[in-house]
Amino acid sequence: MMLRFLRGGAVPMLSLVLLAVVAVFWLLLGDRIAGASAMQSMAFQLPELGILSLAMMVTLLSGGLNLSIIATANLCALAMAYVLTTHVPAAHGFMWGGWQVIAILAGVGVALVVGLINGFVIAYLGVSPILATLGTMTMCKGLSIGLTRGNVISGFPEPIVFLGNGTLAGVPVALLIFLGLCVPIAVLLNKSPFGHKIYMIGSSEKATRYSGVDTKRVLLGIYVLSSLLAVVAALVMMARFNSANAAYGESYLLVTILAAVLGGVDPFGGFGKVGGLVMALILLQVISSAFNLLNFSPFLTVAIWGVLIIGVTAIGVVLEGRGISRR
Amino acid sequence: MPDRSNANPKSAALARFRRSHEFWLLAVIGVLVSALSLATDSFLTLQNLFDLLTSNAFTGILASGLLVVLIAGHIDISFTATASVAQYLALTVGIRYGLGWVALFAIAGAIGVLCGLINAVFVTKLRISSIIVSIATLNIFYGLLIFTTGGNYITSLPKFFRDGILWFEHEDASGVPYGLNLQILLLIGSFAVAWLLLNRTNIGRQIYALGGNKDAAQRLGFHVFRINVLVYGYLGFVAGVASIVQAQLAQSVTPTVLVGKELDVLAAVVLGGASLNGGVGTVFGAILGVALLAILQNGLVLVGVSSYWNQWFVGLTILVAVSTTAWSERRRRARGSP
Repeated sequence: MMLRFLRGGAVPMLSLVLLAVVAVFWLLLGDRIAGASAMQSMAFQLPELGILSLAMMVTLLSGGLNLSIIATANLCALAMAYVLTTHVPAAHGFMWGGWQVIAILAGVGVALVVGLINGFVIAYLGVSPILATLGTMTMCKGLSIGLTRGNVISGFPEPIVFLGNGTLAGVPVALLIFLGLCVPIAVLLNKSPFGHKIYMIGSSEKATRYSGVDTKRVLLGIYVLSSLLAVVAALVMMARFNSANAAYGESYLLVTILAAVLGGVDPFGGFGKVGGLVMALILLQVISSAFNLLNFSPFLTVAIWGVLIIGVTAIGVVLEGRGISRR
Repeated sequence: MPDRSNANPKSAALARFRRSHEFWLLAVIGVLVSALSLATDSFLTLQNLFDLLTSNAFTGILASGLLVVLIAGHIDISFTATASVAQYLALTVGIRYGLGWVALFAIAGAIGVLCGLINAVFVTKLRISSIIVSIATLNIFYGLLIFTTGGNYITSLPKFFRDGILWFEHEDASGVPYGLNLQILLLIGSFAVAWLLLNRTNIGRQIYALGGNKDAAQRLGFHVFRINVLVYGYLGFVAGVASIVQAQLAQSVTPTVLVGKELDVLAAVVLGGASLNGGVGTVFGAILGVALLAILQNGLVLVGVSSYWNQWFVGLTILVAVSTTAWSERRRRARGSP
């Protein structure tokens, strides 16, 4: 019974782990971890990593990988920051808002270009996703560094800053943006033909192609989607720091893969749900916040995340082994 | 097309070489070197070549190890964390007990092998892709290292270590000494060992076979776990050696400086023609891949391009190289010739 429950996928297993982790931290920290202010600070930190993890997840589901998400996000953030700092302060009235919209569109435009390059190189030239996105990652970061000479662009208008730091009825706007993305992405993946094709390509690209699906177009769409998610992350990230830079959030890159895999996404493609990813993100955030309250080094947190992913995978292997021997 | 080359094995080998990845790399490097020699006086000097080899030794040594892991069909990005751990521990112990070169390399190498073993066990037993395993172990090794050391530097290194090694020393007209230093010596050594391992041993053939087709290799009775232990252990050992080389060059131990370079090394090896699917790759190619990136970055500086644009050119090179390789392979497959 218990075994069957656990083998039901990532969500049941993670909810048990989460329950145990919260119980331990609650005993250690009491209300400092479970109180309202702790909850709110967690809710502020979660969305950046969350949106970036979604961007990583859609490519993982197809059996690929997108190493360029952070570099894309930073390049987009710089494009948006450039428009915001050069045109918005001088503009008045309608154009004050207009330039902010144009800024966001500029970011979306950059994301589209990067996504199309990734998709074209991977789908139509047949380059492995790791290599293609390693190239675009280096190029995007290089472009960001070259154009800004490594400097920070800061000082954005209030509505933009509000996206990263404001709250609506006590809930951070950034969290609302993240949740607002999770629902349509989940629907897209589970209910739409495009979503089904992503899972099919992840299971077997060849079989999908032979069954009449234009896999190249789907792959192109996946990498464009991933880039577009990166630009949303860029917006939240630059709003929270009220600045943009070529090297923000680089440590997130590998963590997004960890979060997705911890959330039950098969790195070989074909399996994984948004719900699992959200559970994994909450788990990682609780550990990180609790360690912060316990005054542990953030580097220890990162090490524990690594242990966690190996541990959860190992439990999965052991359970699978027992399941097979019972049958 | 009739294959006339059978008549003459020498020209057949030449024809094969002309179609190979290494040939094109060599051609690109040749063009780059000629252009740089013509455009600047400072490129083709003993001073510059000596500096080029010395400063790229760390990447090169790691590339020789990563190549072996890639050929076996795996990937690893935790080796920079391994190197950081090995460097810190070896020099901490070394300074404490007044150890010499051999002991330093032995300790660093042993720690590297140990970290490699951990990777090998997880990769073999957990049945998740090696990139996930190595991302996890990268975070574990690095996180624990920074947690326990607090990220502190070691700057007071012993005198023999700071002086390094300089064999066959001779001075040029302006009195700058050249010779075979520790970096160049071990760079050459590591590529030589990798070449011997891959081309002159039975195990080398097994590594290629395992990377080429894992299931077939397993059915033939290859001991997969043992090969995994060997390739990851080897990369770990090499990372340990490279870490000491890097500390000697930097004249300090900084635990945070190495992690983040893993994708640069991967890019160099892949430029050299190694496939992420395993079974493909040569030591010569890896050398050329490292050389191309090194010469490119060196050349940009000499020509006077702001170093802020370095990374953009590197990214462009990677993207163009992997795209043309994939494209020509696709066309060759479409035409049906091998």
